[in-house]
Amino acid sequence: MAFYDNMIDIDRRWIYLVLALAVMIPAIIPFTVPVAVTPEVNDIFQFVDTLEAGDYMFLGIDYDPSSMAELHPMCRAIMAHCFSKDINLIMCSLSQNGQGMAEQIIDEISARYNKKSGEDYCFLGYKPYFALVILTMGLNFRVTYPNDVYGVSLDEMPVMDGIRNYNDCAGVIGFESGNIADAWIAYANGRYDTPVALGVTGVMAANYYPYLQTGQLFGLMPGMKGAAEYETLFKQRLERLPEKDPSEDERMVARESMAYQTTSHIVILFFIIISNIGFFLSRKHEKKII
Amino acid sequence: MKRTLPLVIVFCSGILLIIQHFIPSEESEFLYTYALDWIITVGVYAIMLGIWSLIRVTVNKARRDPGERFYAITTLAGFSFMVLTGWRAESLHAGSIFMTAFNYILIPIQATIFSLLAFYVASASYRAFRARSALATVLLLTAFIVMLRLIPLGPISKANNWLVGWILMVPNLAASRAIILGVGLGMIATSMKIILGIERKYLGGD
Repeated sequence: MAFYDNMIDIDRRWIYLVLALAVMIPAIIPFTVPVAVTPEVNDIFQFVDTLEAGDYMFLGIDYDPSSMAELHPMCRAIMAHCFSKDINLIMCSLSQNGQGMAEQIIDEISARYNKKSGEDYCFLGYKPYFALVILTMGLNFRVTYPNDVYGVSLDEMPVMDGIRNYNDCAGVIGFESGNIADAWIAYANGRYDTPVALGVTGVMAANYYPYLQTGQLFGLMPGMKGAAEYETLFKQRLERLPEKDPSEDERMVARESMAYQTTSHIVILFFIIISNIGFFLSRKHEKKII
Repeated sequence: MKRTLPLVIVFCSGILLIIQHFIPSEESEFLYTYALDWIITVGVYAIMLGIWSLIRVTVNKARRDPGERFYAITTLAGFSFMVLTGWRAESLHAGSIFMTAFNYILIPIQATIFSLLAFYVASASYRAFRARSALATVLLLTAFIVMLRLIPLGPISKANNWLVGWILMVPNLAASRAIILGVGLGMIATSMKIILGIERKYLGGD
């Protein structure tokens, strides 16, 4: 067997081993990767940043633990950004396990900024049939959610006083790992004309660029790279603040994780190059024989 | 009657909801809210049906196939455990049994399974991304350029980012839009066929 035949037929276990080793490199030798901010992420940041204290934002935390590596950091960054500006949040989860994901972030960020449920934010929790929930919330949040996730009536909450539907919120930002993203665009934006932005997994991103161009989305955060871009902008904002912000000393998880993503991508690209060199050499050799 | 009545209900509901969408008035909003309430109510019964179906299928599997018995019992045990520990509103607070099970069993399981995908993707891209033909070469180059976006390349990074932006906003957008429009038109056609009673497969039988 010629060496170029070996290049196109590497045992998959070697690929797994090299990839595992590559992922370990940033843990052993930590390094940072420069993050260039794209306009679609900057648009979301500017949208949130221009809101005033006391304004309302709606967050849809609709992803499962399988996508938490990509979506947790962006959700955390946006929630911290909102709370740092005293923006009130209304949140829901439209995937079964999204509620647990949301709980984790709400516990962490609300404690950091000393925000209280019912006073500064309202977490509505999970309800099945996401398209229906999105549609009914456009009429009145109380149709689907008479109580928040902890059983407190929305009418008894100071934060929900006078808040009826999406019209009372500046916009919706959904963190999505599935087709709930389409429902936010079709129903919240299409039916009720609510400004919608999405944070999606890397593999989903390409499907949502048409909506960005048509203005159905005011911003798009694709995968861990998008989260790292938002964290970069948030960090820059914190550095400009005259007073210390509770998030200043926190880890920027996505920015740190970009190092892991970079090494793994280099390995994948390396193997693609190897396989193509081997492929061309073997074809050249075959032609010579003919 | 058994087939005609559902067809009449579907026809009337479909036509009414189409009309109310184009006539914004208090009456049409009432009709819309009323219809959504109904759909949610029907949905709640569908969940009960789903739970019943899960239990029945799993129990039957455990009875018939001894090899599957362990997995069936695990499924039922997991289901019962999460229902029993999570039915109260307090169970969602940090430190509860439900949230502990969620944080320390479900999250690691799902995250681990999904992480394994990276290894399969690496192996699959090594085997699939080969310049076998002109079209395969286009695919290979596009994937290469998009993946390079995540790697710091100094002065080349800026040009590469611009190129990735162009790929996403021009060729990708054109193809995606065509697919979205095609799917949308297909959905309208299917909906019309259901409302007009031409498509009847949802009734069962033929």
